Amino acid sequence: MSPKRLSNLAGVSSPERTATLRDAVGLGLAVGLYGVAFGAAADAAGLNIWQAMSLSALMFTGASQFALVGVLGAGGSALAAVGSALLLGTRNTVYGVRLVPLLQPRGVLRRIGTAHWVIDETTAMALAAPNRALGKLAFLVTGASIYLTWNAMTAVGALGAAGLGGTAQAALDAVVPAAFLALLWPRLRKTFPEAATQRRVAVGGAVVALALTPFVPAGVQVVAAVVAVALAGRPRAGQRPTASEEMA
Amino acid sequence: MSGTALWAAVLAGSLGCYLLKLTGLSVPAAWVEQPWVARIVDFVPAALLAALVAVQAATSGRGLVLDGRLVGLAVAALALAWRAPFIVVLLLAGAAGALVHVVTG
Repeated sequence: MSPKRLSNLAGVSSPERTATLRDAVGLGLAVGLYGVAFGAAADAAGLNIWQAMSLSALMFTGASQFALVGVLGAGGSALAAVGSALLLGTRNTVYGVRLVPLLQPRGVLRRIGTAHWVIDETTAMALAAPNRALGKLAFLVTGASIYLTWNAMTAVGALGAAGLGGTAQAALDAVVPAAFLALLWPRLRKTFPEAATQRRVAVGGAVVALALTPFVPAGVQVVAAVVAVALAGRPRAGQRPTASEEMA
Repeated sequence: MSGTALWAAVLAGSLGCYLLKLTGLSVPAAWVEQPWVARIVDFVPAALLAALVAVQAATSGRGLVLDGRLVGLAVAALALAWRAPFIVVLLLAGAAGALVHVVTG
């Protein structure tokens, strides 16, 4: 879509539109760096470049992609890998519900197209926009910008990692867990909603996964770590049923 | 794992994740805005990502392994605590892992 068409779509004053466009493109470039890390992680997990690029083009939701290759890289089964990707992908269902009033995608085709770009960043940018027109613009430009950089940088990362020797491979082995930690980190900060519970759940998830590692097929311990939500993520008092009832 | 199984995981995972996105745009809000859904969405990422950090940094097959990856992870945690940019975090972690590899041979 041309910039002119996008600006007609927004139909709002120029400075606000410029700010929205600038933020959306900037976010796309920043997220592109994660694409390099994903391409490298996919290569480290044994995926070829076409599989890595297919994930970025078709799955297009970062945390799920990292989880899928993470489980496969740990020697996990396809089922455990897909399961962890889907568990992380449930976020996008809730984002879609929040975006419907804003985007109002009319018709089946538009809905099918819009759905592909419903991710963390596009949702955050669309909901943060000052009005509905800019919200639509933010969704489209952020989606386009991230889709392009994420896919291009995935190829760069996968190609780059494929040519690495022994020491560089050791470096890459250390980069993959660091990339997961960087994805997790914002949830552990004091400013994140229910940060204390997030931390308990995170520690619980890590402990459960390590404790199960010697006893279960590879990858299963990652999916099993969701029991940490039931163990450590106590619901707010009086609002919700107990964890065990919910998870049953 | 065979190429076919990898492709199956890639395509099935992609289709499933897409359908989760499409569902959000297609079903009544009340179906999705349930307390138990909110709970999964709020807390499952922390559990899964932490599990992946632990498994990627400290295991190999069915054993617990302490090597350069754990040193890299510690360096990454320090860098994140100092609010270093993502790329700096990864470069420092990679450098630490490579250093341990060289030192320990």
